[in-house]
Amino acid sequence: MSPTTFGWLILLCPLVGIVVIGLGHRRLVGRSAGWIATLAIGLSFAFSVAALVALLGRSPEHRQVTSTLWNYAASVGLDAKLSILVDPLSIFMALVVSGVSTLIHLYSVAYLWEDRGFVRYFAYMNYFVFSMLLLVMAGNFLLLIIGWAFVGAASYMLISFWYRRTTATRAGLKAFVINVVGDVGLVLGTFFIFKHTGTVDFLRTFHAVPHVFAHNSTDLVAGCLLLLVGAFAKSAQVPLHTWLPDAMEGPTPVSALIHAATMVTAGVYLIARMHPLFEQAPTAADVGAIGGGLTLIIAATIAIVQTDLKRVIAYSTMSQIGYMIMGVSAGAYSAGLFHLMTHAFFKALLFMAAGSLIGAMAGVQSLDRMGGFRKAMPFTFACFVVGGLALSGLPPFSGWLSKDDIIGFLDHRGHGFVILGIAGYAGALLTGVYTFRMIFRAFFGEPVAEARELEHGHLAHAEVPRNPLTGEEEDTDVGFPGPGHFIAEREWPMKVAMGTLAVLALVGGALQIPGIDDAVTKFLDPTFADSRLARSQLPTSPAWVGLIIGAVIALVGIAIAYALWVRSPATPVTLRERLRPVHTFLSNKWYFDELIDLVVVRPALLIGRFAESVLDRIVVGGTITGGTVGAVRAGSAAVRRWQTGFLRYYAAAIVVGTFGVSLYFLISST
Amino acid sequence: MSAVLFFIAAIGAITGAIGVVALRNPFYSVLALVCHLIALAALFLLLRAEFVAAAQVVVYAGAVMVLYVFVVAYVGGGDEELAGGSGLRILGPLFALALAIELCIAMLGSALKGISSHGAPYVLGFGTPKHIGTLFLTKYLFPFELASLLLMVAAIGAIVLARRRRGLEYDAEEKSDLAIRTRRPSYTGTMAEAAGVRHAVEAVEQEPDVEIAGTPAGTGRGSGSGDGGGGGQGGW
Amino acid sequence: MAIGWYLVVSALIFCIGAGGVLTRRNPLVVLLCLELMLNGANLALVAFARMHGGEDGQIFALIVMVVAACEVTVGLGLIVAIYRRQLPIDVDQLHELNG
Repeated sequence: MSPTTFGWLILLCPLVGIVVIGLGHRRLVGRSAGWIATLAIGLSFAFSVAALVALLGRSPEHRQVTSTLWNYAASVGLDAKLSILVDPLSIFMALVVSGVSTLIHLYSVAYLWEDRGFVRYFAYMNYFVFSMLLLVMAGNFLLLIIGWAFVGAASYMLISFWYRRTTATRAGLKAFVINVVGDVGLVLGTFFIFKHTGTVDFLRTFHAVPHVFAHNSTDLVAGCLLLLVGAFAKSAQVPLHTWLPDAMEGPTPVSALIHAATMVTAGVYLIARMHPLFEQAPTAADVGAIGGGLTLIIAATIAIVQTDLKRVIAYSTMSQIGYMIMGVSAGAYSAGLFHLMTHAFFKALLFMAAGSLIGAMAGVQSLDRMGGFRKAMPFTFACFVVGGLALSGLPPFSGWLSKDDIIGFLDHRGHGFVILGIAGYAGALLTGVYTFRMIFRAFFGEPVAEARELEHGHLAHAEVPRNPLTGEEEDTDVGFPGPGHFIAEREWPMKVAMGTLAVLALVGGALQIPGIDDAVTKFLDPTFADSRLARSQLPTSPAWVGLIIGAVIALVGIAIAYALWVRSPATPVTLRERLRPVHTFLSNKWYFDELIDLVVVRPALLIGRFAESVLDRIVVGGTITGGTVGAVRAGSAAVRRWQTGFLRYYAAAIVVGTFGVSLYFLISST
Repeated sequence: MSAVLFFIAAIGAITGAIGVVALRNPFYSVLALVCHLIALAALFLLLRAEFVAAAQVVVYAGAVMVLYVFVVAYVGGGDEELAGGSGLRILGPLFALALAIELCIAMLGSALKGISSHGAPYVLGFGTPKHIGTLFLTKYLFPFELASLLLMVAAIGAIVLARRRRGLEYDAEEKSDLAIRTRRPSYTGTMAEAAGVRHAVEAVEQEPDVEIAGTPAGTGRGSGSGDGGGGGQGGW
Repeated sequence: MAIGWYLVVSALIFCIGAGGVLTRRNPLVVLLCLELMLNGANLALVAFARMHGGEDGQIFALIVMVVAACEVTVGLGLIVAIYRRQLPIDVDQLHELNG
């Protein structure tokens, strides 16, 4: 079967899942909704593998295939079709998305049991996976935008999944609004490009770009910058990043899937896909790289002082995506995408493990209240360690190979990119610090009460369910998390999912060992065949030097964390007191929220209030509507005075009228 | 000879008309109209419209006027003042006069050739019932049938308008019984209130009069029992 | 006599009827004056029928008579109904259909 058939099947499976779960939500008993959803995504993954095999069966020049189902509107110069593009990049993304999604669905079957919204959750999750697959398999800008918007909607629905929690709904709204800003950028960017190329189809656009746009032409730079706005909003880069930490209000598997492995990588995919455009407009690409670099550093510094477990991992995600964006903007396409894949593995693993830990803490997420879980939760601890080592970039874990691949490429490109490379190394140091700070604080030290209970085999339960952020009381009915708390040691779906990801985080790097096998680069080659930058791959020995430097820096970071949080736990406290202003600045997340509030939200509110009080009430309501009403009322009052009810006046009017008409005819006939 | 007859009939018609308008007592007006109609029948005869003249006398003067006489006798109506108090007292006749003058100017000043003639050449049987009947049943069949329908409708209409409702006590209670009391929600109003003619009356929350005969009011109020809507408002 | 004379008589009758409708207050008399106007029209119709030599005008006049009869029936029914409700029989005081 041809790759495109598999492509359509990949999209069909989650769609069928949505329909079945959505329509049958009253009749699905027990966990069947969860199994159906997992099966749907699993099938999708199987079809992705089949598409991979089919694609590999073709020669490399023929590995970019499109397939069109029907035309939406093929008129007046717009060729809007329902078409998918099956090529190495999209199959790569589809494999990552569907594979990690299957494992997360499996995890959720156990994690969200006893939640009243169990069935709703799986419908939403399938919808999300469908949208993400649509995004990556899209063959033209139209479907890309549709997938983009759908993914934003799915993110909103899943962040505010526990909808009776005010913090969750606010976070969902914040995420959605910032995403919409990105959507606007995406659509406008598409228009700027379409204006010159005249087509929305990807392959045709890419072929037309060198002929239609001059190098660094203004329109192209503007279009690419707008596309970057979209990418930054979706991938939570500075300055459109403020939604990602708040998005941790959603259930932990949601954070794992959407805000670690898949949705936030959509921006990376976008830049990689649009690489012909970005290479023709290097200014925009440089902006992207600088943005990624800035985010990398900023997010890493904030992560060091975070006390909420999930938010540490969220800022870590932001930082790692900064690496990826930096990479693909600078031309390290296969490196950036390889890091996307490995990051999906270990970040999802970390989130799953965090979910298990939060379950043991009966819903509490604060690191201040955790400690000494090493003996009570060995499996979770092992997963945390594996994920943490991969994240920090220690050999032989996959994160080491992918992260340093990017930094090596940046150093190789030279000029200003070396600065970004150094920033990357600094970020790697901070990564080691904050990751192991998290692990040491949660698993080492004196066991807290919940840990001691768990060592005796008793899972802690909170008498009164509380909001982990604000501490206000809740209940466990619909709209709030269910009463059950689940840990990996006791639930086999969670164990299987986490175990698989741990193995992948460990050995996944084998796909791209420099000099030995560059499987990812070779596989993605047909997509990036027209790229000038990708050609300049790093020679093997400088690559290994970079890798060794990276490993050393990671070790240094872990050692610092060990010294500060295991050896002498009093030191961080004194450091915090000494550097109080720095600490405040960092814990307030560099005051980005306040800045956006000042620059964007307040003026918008002012305009809104002005519109309501002046424009709406006075101009529209008073003058336009009121004026029309007044005029009509006056007119009809004037007419009404003729309806007196007196018969003889009516008769007189008729007589006078007759007189007048006959007079007219009399005169006109002479 | 026909000229003399014409003038007698014409003067009779116009005198009758003036009598209808000018006489105070409505009964005298009816009688004046009868004279007018008979004079008009004479005029019709002069115009060789035999059947129309006969119909005029039999139907109009005979039936319609008799009906008028009945109603005037029932309703009464004594003398009345002439159009007291309104401007039409003077303007009315003036408008009519203006119309008359204009029509006369139109006719006398027009170039219609036929008016100054004595009519078309005489055809034997012109205006006889035979010719009229033939026309009614061939060329003008549709208006003929429609006219009969119209007569039937008018007769039924008159009966409906003037019937008694419920025996001889009808007049006293008729107003209150005919009004159907329904529950009007408090946030609605009537057209009169909307137009500002009447002030908004407090919506009276009345129990609807609609009752299912024989059902006690309390059965519908139970919850969850199989009995559904017994009584006007029970048990949602 | 020339047809024009008949037409003048018809016009006079019509206008006298119109004046009566505008002037009188008793609804019965108003209906009577309305009859006058219809009769004036009838006369004109019959005159023109004679002028053209066809009986179409006479047919028309007969139909007008039918219509007049119907209208009188309904009108008198109304007046009887008004009388039954003890309302004044005076067109100047029956003016509720206003606004």
